[in-house]
Amino acid sequence: MLAALELRKDFGGITVLHPTSVEFRPGEVHALMGENGAGKSSLLKLCAGLYRPDGGHISWRGQRVAFASPYDALRAGIAMIHQELMPIPDLTVAENITLGIEPVGRFGRINCAAQAQRATQLLQELSADISPSRSMRTLTVAQTQVVEIAKALGRQADVVLMDEPTAALSEPEVAALFQAIARLKARGVTVVYTTHKMDEVFRVADRISVLRDGRLVGTASANELTPPQLIARMVGRELADIFPVRQVAGPEIVLAVEGLTREPAYRDISFTIRRGEVVALAGLMGAGRTEVASALYGLQPARTGSIRVKGALCSIACPQDALRAGIGMVTEDRKGLGLVPALGVDANLTLSALQRFCQGPVINHAQEADCVQTQLTEFGIKANSPRQPIGQLSGGNQQKVLLARCLLNDPDLIILDEPTRGIDIGAKAEIYALIHGLARAGKAILLISSELPEVLALAHRIVVLRRGTIAATLDAAEASQAIVLRHAMPL
Amino acid sequence: MPTLDRNLLHRFGLFLVILVVGFALSLTTDTFLSIANLTNVARQVSINGILAVGVTFVILTAGVDLSLGSVVALSGVACAMFAHPGDHTVLVPISVGVLTGAACGALNGVLVTRGGVAPFIVTLGMMTVARGLALILSGGRPVADMSPQLTQLAGDVLGIPIPMLCFAAVALLAWLFLRHFRLGRHIYAVGGNEAAARAAGISVERVKLFAYTVCGLLTGLAGVVLAARITTGQPNAGQAYELDAIAAVVIGGTSLAGGIGTITGTLLGVLLIGVINNGLDLMGISSYYQAVIKGFIIVGAVWLDRRQARS
Repeated sequence: MLAALELRKDFGGITVLHPTSVEFRPGEVHALMGENGAGKSSLLKLCAGLYRPDGGHISWRGQRVAFASPYDALRAGIAMIHQELMPIPDLTVAENITLGIEPVGRFGRINCAAQAQRATQLLQELSADISPSRSMRTLTVAQTQVVEIAKALGRQADVVLMDEPTAALSEPEVAALFQAIARLKARGVTVVYTTHKMDEVFRVADRISVLRDGRLVGTASANELTPPQLIARMVGRELADIFPVRQVAGPEIVLAVEGLTREPAYRDISFTIRRGEVVALAGLMGAGRTEVASALYGLQPARTGSIRVKGALCSIACPQDALRAGIGMVTEDRKGLGLVPALGVDANLTLSALQRFCQGPVINHAQEADCVQTQLTEFGIKANSPRQPIGQLSGGNQQKVLLARCLLNDPDLIILDEPTRGIDIGAKAEIYALIHGLARAGKAILLISSELPEVLALAHRIVVLRRGTIAATLDAAEASQAIVLRHAMPL
Repeated sequence: MPTLDRNLLHRFGLFLVILVVGFALSLTTDTFLSIANLTNVARQVSINGILAVGVTFVILTAGVDLSLGSVVALSGVACAMFAHPGDHTVLVPISVGVLTGAACGALNGVLVTRGGVAPFIVTLGMMTVARGLALILSGGRPVADMSPQLTQLAGDVLGIPIPMLCFAAVALLAWLFLRHFRLGRHIYAVGGNEAAARAAGISVERVKLFAYTVCGLLTGLAGVVLAARITTGQPNAGQAYELDAIAAVVIGGTSLAGGIGTITGTLLGVLLIGVINNGLDLMGISSYYQAVIKGFIIVGAVWLDRRQARS
C-alpha cells in the first residue's frame, strides 16, 4: 500500500533519518516506536508530504510518488494527525473538522447544517461530548486533540498517520479512539501510529517497527514482542525499573485546600499535601484536574474556598501571588504557557527568578550565566549553547528547562501538570527520579497525569475527580488502575 | 535576549547595504561625502531615530504606536507655548514637551492594558486626538516667538548637532536598558509569549504600560527637538512620522509579532532610511518619485531579510 524505500532526511547537515525502508500494509495498524529524536515524526512527515526526502522515495499503491505538499498527500488518500496540535482557534469545532472539505451548496455557499451534522457524527464515533458550534479557543488541550482526530478521520483517507494521538487523552477517549481505529481497520484503512505509552501499543498494533537514532532497528508482529523486549529495542539497553521507590511523607502539612469552587468547572475541592508527599489528581478529561491546578497557581482563580500554604492563608489572584506564597507550577501546555520560543535557554530558565540575579533593576549577567550553567549540568539539559533559542530543543529538554525554572524559586509546593507528556522513555525516567528527589528533599508535590501507571507508581495518595468534585481519595499503595477508573467514571 | 547568530548576520547584511548605498551615492554625487552633508544627514535622522528607538519598545511587546507624528506635534506646541522669551527657564518648556508625550504614551498604555483594546485601535484614536489637541491649543496657527535658549537646542556643540547627541544618548540608554535591566528582559518575554510571561510571574500590564510610556516620553522629546529646529510649535508638524519610525524598526529586524529585535538593528534601519532620503534629495529626484522609491526599498529590504531568515 504505502512504503518508504531507502527514505532519508537531513536537517542542516545532520541526518535525522538514515535510509529507511518500511512497508505499511492495507488494513493493518502499524506502530512506530522509538525515543524522541529517533526519527518517527520525520518518517511520518515525509509520508504526509510535509517534508521532502533527501534520499530514497515513497511508493504509493506500487507507484513511485513525490508529494510536494500535505495537500498532495491528502488528495492521494493519506491523512495525518499531528503531534503538535494545529487548530484554528477562532473557527468553530465543526469548521475545523471540515476545514478544506466543507460541504458546499450553490455558488460555493457553505451548507452549515450539513457541516454541523458531519462534525457531530465524527465526534460521536469518538464518543466525544463536544458541541460542534463551540469555538476551538474554548476547548481544553484534550478536547482539541479529539477534534484533530475527528478531522483526520473525516478525510476518508486510505492511510491515517497518527503522531502521538493520545498524548493528551485520558482512558475513555483512548478507548473510543481505539474503537474508531478498529472500524478503520475493518474498512481496510492502514493506520500508522506512534506513542510513548507502552500499554497502548500492545492493545492496538498489529505490527511494530522500532526506530533508534534515525535507523530502523526492525519490524515485528506485536504478538512476538513483550514490553521489556520492546523497550530494550528502543533504548538499546534494558531498563530494569524506571520508577524509583516511594519515600515516607513527613508530618507537616504544606498545602491545605478547602472548599475550592469555581462553577461549573469544579466545586468543594478539599485536600492536603504534606512535606515530602506526592499527591496525584486523577480523573477523566474535563473532570477539572487542570482547572484546580490553575486555581492554585493563580492562572484562573477560584471563586470561593481557601488555600493555605504552611498554615498561612493565601489569596492567590495571579501567578505572582502563587510564587510569593511558595507555589510553583510546570504547565501541561509547554508551547502556550511555558516557553518563550525566541528567547534563549538561559533567559527561559531564569524567567521567574530573574530578581535573584539582579542588583536593583540591573541584571548581573555573570551570576546568571553561572547559575544557568549549573542548572544545565544538574538537569542534564542538552543544548548547543545556553543562548540557543529554546524552540530548537527537543521536548524532553524543554520540559527539563521548565522544571529548572520552577525550582529556581525554591517553592514549597510544586504542581506538575502532565510532566511527562510527549517525552521519551529515557527523559521520563529522569523526570521520575527528579520527582522522587524533590519529595525526599521535603517538597510537597501535586501531580497531574493521564498515565495511570505513572500516577500509581509515583503518588502517595490519589485524589480522584469526577465532573468537578472529589469522587474518592485513595491510598496509592492499595489502589489499582481499575479502582481509580471506577471512581473516575461518571455513574 | 536576541538569538545571536541570526541577528549578527542580519545586522552585518544591513550594514553592508548601507555601505553600498553610501558608496553609490559618493560616486553619483560630489556632495554626499562632504562633512557638511553628513552632518546634515545626522541632523535629519535624529528625530526619526528618537522616535524609532521609542517605538522599538512598544513593538517588542507585540504592540504598535501609530500616534507618534501627532504626539510630536502636540508636544512641540505645548513646549512652544511655554518657551516665549523671558517666561521661564529653558527647562520648563522642555519638561512640558517631554511630559506631554509621556502622558499620551501612558494613556495609550492604560487603554491597551486595562481597557483591553487592541494597540492599533488605541493609538489610531490617539493619533487623531493628539492632532486635534495640538490644533485646539495653538488655535490652528504655529506657536512662534520661542526663546533663543530653546532654539539653540537645534544647534551644534563642538561641531556636532545637539539633536544628534540626543539621539545617541537615547539609543545608548535604550540599548543598556534592554540588555541589562530586568524590565528590559521582561519586555522580550512579554512580546515573545505573553501567556508564558504571565505564568512565570511577570506583571504583563506593568511591562506594557512602561513600554508605551517610554515611547510617549521619547516622542515628546522628539517634539521638543523638532520645535527647536523649526523655531515654532507647528500643529501640523510630524505628519506620517510614525511610518518612517516603524519602517526603520522593521528594517532593523524587529518582528512586528514581538519578542525579537534590537536597538542596534533599529539604529541601522534609521541610518538606511536617512541615507536614502538624503541621497534621493541630492540626486534631485522629485519628492513624488521619492515616496514611491522609498516604499519599494522598505518592502524590499524586509522581504530580502525574511528570505534570508528562512534559508
